[in-house]
Amino acid sequence: MRSYGTLKTALGALQRNVMRTMLTMLGIVIGVAAVITMMEIGNGASIAIQRTIASLGANTLVIVPAAANIGGVNQGIGSMMTLTPQDADAIINECSAVGGLAPIVRARTQVVYGNRNWVPTYIYGTTPSFLQVREWTDMEEGEAFTEHDVRNSSKVCIVGQTIVSELFGGQSPVGKEVRVRNVAFKVIGVLRRKGANMMGMDQDDILLAPWTTIKYRVVASSLAAANQSTTNTGSSTEVNTLSQIYPNIQQNLYPVPSSTEQADVPQPIRFANVDQILAAARTGEQIPFAIEQITTLLRQRHHIRGTDPNDFNVRDMTEITKAMSSTTALITKVLLCVATISLVVGGIGIMNIMLVSVTERTREIGLRMAVGAEPDDILRQFLTEAVVLCLFGGTMGILLGRCSSYVVSSVLHWPTAASVGAIVAAVVVSASVGIIFGFYPAWKASRLDPIEALRYE
Amino acid sequence: MDLIELRDIYKTYNLGEVDVPVLRGVSLNVRRGELVALMGASGSGKSTLMNILGCLDHPTSGEYWLEGREISRLTAKEQARLRNRMVGFVFQNYNLLPRTTALENVVMPLTYTKEGLSEHQMRQRATELLQKVGLGDRTDHQPSQLSGGEQQRVAIARSLVNHPRVLFADEPTGNLDSRTSEEILQMFQQLNSADGITLILVTHDPNVAQHAQRIIRIKDGLIEESTGQAKSSGGV
Repeated sequence: MRSYGTLKTALGALQRNVMRTMLTMLGIVIGVAAVITMMEIGNGASIAIQRTIASLGANTLVIVPAAANIGGVNQGIGSMMTLTPQDADAIINECSAVGGLAPIVRARTQVVYGNRNWVPTYIYGTTPSFLQVREWTDMEEGEAFTEHDVRNSSKVCIVGQTIVSELFGGQSPVGKEVRVRNVAFKVIGVLRRKGANMMGMDQDDILLAPWTTIKYRVVASSLAAANQSTTNTGSSTEVNTLSQIYPNIQQNLYPVPSSTEQADVPQPIRFANVDQILAAARTGEQIPFAIEQITTLLRQRHHIRGTDPNDFNVRDMTEITKAMSSTTALITKVLLCVATISLVVGGIGIMNIMLVSVTERTREIGLRMAVGAEPDDILRQFLTEAVVLCLFGGTMGILLGRCSSYVVSSVLHWPTAASVGAIVAAVVVSASVGIIFGFYPAWKASRLDPIEALRYE
Repeated sequence: MDLIELRDIYKTYNLGEVDVPVLRGVSLNVRRGELVALMGASGSGKSTLMNILGCLDHPTSGEYWLEGREISRLTAKEQARLRNRMVGFVFQNYNLLPRTTALENVVMPLTYTKEGLSEHQMRQRATELLQKVGLGDRTDHQPSQLSGGEQQRVAIARSLVNHPRVLFADEPTGNLDSRTSEEILQMFQQLNSADGITLILVTHDPNVAQHAQRIIRIKDGLIEESTGQAKSSGGV
């Protein structure tokens, strides 16, 4: 009842001077609207930046086999063949922090089209999810191969922009056939230009095909010879793609470790191995969990006991991840500064007007005290006025802020993201601004001497 | 037991180094139902005395008994409660809330009363009082739409809304023309005689003071004379 009465009195007092109420509220409205708009634009920017950085591969984890050590001679990373496609399936199925995954089979060999040839930096046999992991899904032309192609080891491939210019002279390669180690691949898609990576490697110099195709049709046949043009000089003249369905040189599909290797690192013989596995953590923050989950799972799958060293390595893009988290932190701080300044300015506006209002209404305060208002009543009344102003202003500010961020996103095409946090914060902050900056004037009013106040002119 | 009993009230204002004595030992009794005029020139201390009587101020020393209760040493909060329940004020310049209807102005003191009246009861009581002062048809008017006399009548209704034991009127006719003044003073007499309300009129104007039954003159902080029975000459 009393709080209702106080609220009613406060509302009455605010109604009595609509113009002043509006102007005071304007400070908070603009403050809160600025906060909301800044937060939403900033959030949008932050998300856009994170997405951009993520497309560099910030969330990407690379799982490679560990180095084999034969008679004290370290063979370098990847010299063991410990990762299998089944490992890849297990990781995507069992590691909750992993959002995407692509096994990779590498090859380095010549690609031939017509009278041109080229050795791409990357010939990757993989699955369609490679494009998701690398954030490379939008194709320039054509489409990506499918899981079905992977199961069938279809002879299809998608190529990067560099290959298009080197082999096809910039003309559309879709539907044409290229030969890789004398296996004819039909080009079904062209990747969007991605440029060089941070190490300066041209990422567009890439040919992607189902990993089964690369594994069984290309790598198997090229294991014996690193360069087809030196060992197989004849093959380029006997172009008969149909005859290349099966490799012309009989190869052992499943590499058998040498006896020394077997003695040093006893491993069951696997049917197939992949050169590396690309995994994407769901978010930047989940990278450590993803690493932990993958390590645990693979140790278990590879039967590695106790403190024995891993037969694989999980690498993350520490450099990029750091860049991402520091950028995000910086944006957040900048936004916080802007938000704080706007609200403090709004709050001081409120305090200013409330002080003026106390002075202007000195006689009213004196009268209220004379008819029996206790100092607490006066304090409560002015505080309620300030809080009502702030909350009302805050609500209008939220609406205005949402509108302006909508306008910004639809007219300027800036990315914005609605932020519930910002709205909650704006309401809480505008109420606290009301209490904090309303308190001093209200306290001042409650300390007035009724006699002086009544006599005030 | 008298309604108001002042015993040897001193009030000294401290202006830096100098102590300025304003009241120098005032003793005074007011009975229930009296209509008293408190007269004095400006600077005589009559305003200070009224402030002390009206519980707006503390005496420096002395005792103030209101309805058998010593109240000269109350805290600001207790004073506020006392003012709300026991005392009504009518001011020279009406002191109505601007841009607020007559009804709301009258209701206002009730919102500070810890009595738990419903909104409806408050409005009803205020409406009755406005009818009593002859403004039953003006309840929705704002002060700026009312004449001086009407405003003062709203102020009187406001001062009566909590059934005070004593009503203080500080130069209630100071801003009014003589005809309206007469109406207001008659209303005071009416309230005093019909409803038995104790009234203290603070004024410097002998014409106003003669409406009272008793005139207390104050000069230089002392009660100069307390005329027993001033004849009511309202010519009702």
